[in-house]
Amino acid sequence: MIRIEGLRKDYQGTQALQGIDLQVHQGELFAYLGPNGAGKTTTIRILAGLTRASAGRAWLNGHDIVTETLAAKKQFGLVPQHLNLDGELTVTENLLIHGLLHRLPYRTIRARVEYLLDYVELTEKRRALVKHLSGGMKRRLMIARALLHEPRILFLDEPSVGLDANIRRRIWALIKKIQQGGVTIFLTTHYIEEAEFLAERVAFLDRGRIVALDTPANLMAHLGHWAVDQFTADNLQAHYFQSREEAQRFAAGTAASFTLRRVNLEDAFLALTGRKVS
Amino acid sequence: MPGWLAVYTRELLILRRRFWRLLLGWAVAPLLYLIAFGYAMGQNVIIQGHTYLEFLLPGLVAMASMTQAFAIGSEINIARFYWHIFEEIQAAPVSDAAYVLGETLAGVTRGLLSGSLIILLGALFGIVLSYNPYFWLALLLNSFVFSTLAVALAMIVESHADQALLNSLIITPMAFLGGTFFPMEHLPWWAQKVLYLLPLTHAAQALRAAALGLQPSGTSYLLLAALGCLTYLLAVRTVRQAQD
Repeated sequence: MIRIEGLRKDYQGTQALQGIDLQVHQGELFAYLGPNGAGKTTTIRILAGLTRASAGRAWLNGHDIVTETLAAKKQFGLVPQHLNLDGELTVTENLLIHGLLHRLPYRTIRARVEYLLDYVELTEKRRALVKHLSGGMKRRLMIARALLHEPRILFLDEPSVGLDANIRRRIWALIKKIQQGGVTIFLTTHYIEEAEFLAERVAFLDRGRIVALDTPANLMAHLGHWAVDQFTADNLQAHYFQSREEAQRFAAGTAASFTLRRVNLEDAFLALTGRKVS
Repeated sequence: MPGWLAVYTRELLILRRRFWRLLLGWAVAPLLYLIAFGYAMGQNVIIQGHTYLEFLLPGLVAMASMTQAFAIGSEINIARFYWHIFEEIQAAPVSDAAYVLGETLAGVTRGLLSGSLIILLGALFGIVLSYNPYFWLALLLNSFVFSTLAVALAMIVESHADQALLNSLIITPMAFLGGTFFPMEHLPWWAQKVLYLLPLTHAAQALRAAALGLQPSGTSYLLLAALGCLTYLLAVRTVRQAQD
């Protein structure tokens, strides 16, 4: 479980986080959705002990991240946004070092490495130098590494950024599989479909504040289920409807070109903040 | 201090992967010094009753161990700025002191290996000195001082260029002025006073005395040990502050 109270972060006069209060339940897949610069990565960096908060407190499975740092760090695995594997070491060596950092016995590390390489489908690459892997393989290896010490919490910071659609789908399937194993997942993303597909609850983060927090369905429900994007000469305006029939009736009556589609989280974010996520 | 073994193992794996290339790199400069200064220029020079090659060799051991122990700072910077591995370590349940210990041991290992290489090169030139426990203790302390200093400074620098600047400002002057190539007694008194503040001066003197069968000064060992403890604490502090 993750508990955050009044978390603030100031960077040289800029308020990156302006008082975040949040609770993520055990085994939940929680998404933190917001545009670049909203404070998503800052939150994860504070929770992971990479950055100091300016104010506020946070607990990981009951361990205060400041006063019980080492105990808190045992609770989570981290997959940062940028690749941070050791390119000069092999796949297995990268995992070995992670296991030693978490003080796992050598025999346990070996068994976990075998299991996780199979889990992320990298067994054949076990002896390859990491610098020779593709982007998707590196991302899967980072997820395997984060799971090596069997954490109860997994931080995923933009796990599929920069990956093509096929590999992104594989990563999503992997994330779902991990959650089914009872791991609490805290995911940041600016991909609408990622949050919709994966998350049980979503927090909208805008300029360092949580502006909404609910299930994806509830966040979208107040707008309706269907949207008509109406294109005019210099504008695109979305209209929302509860049923497809209503949307179709509206579209039939408009002279402008239009697109009929389902309401998504982008619509909900835009309605709340006046800004787009992506 | 849990976690130091992981940090040390990582550095050893990298060292093993690049071992022969590194060894070649470590050998070139000392070999040239031995040929140019020792064999060609200093063949007929006698200093303190010893040939110049015998005088030079312990100085080269001090210089090489300093340079290679300090080079752990460059490895840390590659890990920080290029591979971003430092974050992986920061996010793990590893104390700052354990991290410093792991990196320091890696630097000391490099220092000892490069010093041993000079001894082997010396043997190729027919120079075999007394490599007794005093000699190895001085080599160990010298490597420890510069390794901890490198870890401390690696946390302060913000780019590879900064690291190169540190080498130019700290290592190169010390290599040439720390009693490697000439006896300190040949310098004016005020220069001697200044250069006695350098750790390499004490390392070179202790190594030379031990290798030439003389009684090394206990003060040099004490100073190196005290300085090593100070730089170790400084390194722990800078690692702690590396969290932004």
